[in-house]
Amino acid sequence: MKNKYIIINSKDNCATTLEDIPQDTKIELKDKIIKINHNISLGHKFAINNIEKEDYIIKYGEIIGIATESISEGDWIHTHNIKSTYFEVTKDG
Amino acid sequence: MDEGFLGYPRSNGTVGIRNKIVVLSSVVCANTVVRRVAEKIDNAIAITHPYGCGQWATSYSNTFNILAGLASNPNVYGALVIGLGCETLFSNRLADKIRESKKPVDSFNIQDVKGGTIGAIEKGVSICRRFDKEAKEVKKEFFDFTHITLGLECGGSDSTSGLSANPSLGIVSDKLVNLGGTSILPEFAEWAGAEHLLSKRAINEEVAKEIMSLFKGKFFENRSPGNIEGGLSTPEEKSLGNIAKGGKATIQGVIRYTEKPRGKGLWLMVEPGLDVVSVTALAAAGANIIVFTTGRGTPFGSPVAPVIKICGNPKTCDYMASNIDIDASKIITNNKTIEDISEILWKKLKEVCNGEKTIAEKLGFEEDIGIWRA
Repeated sequence: MKNKYIIINSKDNCATTLEDIPQDTKIELKDKIIKINHNISLGHKFAINNIEKEDYIIKYGEIIGIATESISEGDWIHTHNIKSTYFEVTKDG
Repeated sequence: MDEGFLGYPRSNGTVGIRNKIVVLSSVVCANTVVRRVAEKIDNAIAITHPYGCGQWATSYSNTFNILAGLASNPNVYGALVIGLGCETLFSNRLADKIRESKKPVDSFNIQDVKGGTIGAIEKGVSICRRFDKEAKEVKKEFFDFTHITLGLECGGSDSTSGLSANPSLGIVSDKLVNLGGTSILPEFAEWAGAEHLLSKRAINEEVAKEIMSLFKGKFFENRSPGNIEGGLSTPEEKSLGNIAKGGKATIQGVIRYTEKPRGKGLWLMVEPGLDVVSVTALAAAGANIIVFTTGRGTPFGSPVAPVIKICGNPKTCDYMASNIDIDASKIITNNKTIEDISEILWKKLKEVCNGEKTIAEKLGFEEDIGIWRA
């Protein structure tokens, strides 16, 4: 049975899809089943738990951005609800 | 035969995996003559570009050094430089620079040949026939992988790249470095947001600081519209996927655009990241082979270095199957592991080092170069 998604690192709060996943698909995670809230294309991401506004988005075990609004588990994650933290990271670093 | 290949020895100690004659224009005005000469010789490749005149400062030096670097690549037996005669980038100066690699080199200007362009083509063909005859006399010898410099390129990336093709290439790069070879990771704008991870792998404090200093107070948007459509939501997401192709090896140092690695092992190269500019810069830095990972697909290669294409996107592997050497999408579709694909890629790399043609070579996608002139 082929996986529909991959969670790259155990610290991640998002999963990357390995195929196009239609809205309302039920997805089995390690400890729960979640419903996908949008049509999500191959290679895009969905939240595996609820993410508060201004929480970090973690992929590869590293910060890839910050939530610009609250994101529910099963939501599509992309440019409409996260932004880069890079500018702030370099200013501090 | 497992940990080596049959290659062409060069006088300066480098080893070619191809045995090409390069016909190079020093200025745009010589391009057609260069192409006409190259098409008459078996192993000749034309390198043309729209520059060579009205150029000063960095624009001039980058053009000069990249052209010289390409013709000095270990895969090149000898080079003929053809100029017009009144341009800022002199053909004889370019030839002198290429001669530092101890290859057979010749040059002339079209304005100095009685007979115009027809005479110039005849003269060029006669010189290249001599080079071709000599090149065919070079005997292949067995070499280990310390003589291989691998360019690590990615382009047309999507989020499958960071999950499949890039980490597979990372394993292959680490394997080559462990065998004493050299790898170059280009595209510095695509390390932004992941530079702290590269910095931790630096060989010493000085290199670590240099890596961090490249990004001090600067912001880079490093994504193309296709990257974003493919699911890369932020520059740092792209960067984390990008650096996966550099594996886990220690970083020996940072080289600037038009420079060559100063030793074996993994090197970072500061250059802008546009695919054709990166591939050209890698070949000019002496890479005798390049692996190009892609998500959305890309056709082109390099005039002097074989380019292996590896793709992780199942749709692209279907639509552009005729342009892809290795299908890494099985990581996405069939639960193949990154290790499985890295073994296939390593096998392919050895075959290409032993003379097997890549798809880009078979299709003749070998003439495009890009030069960063900023």
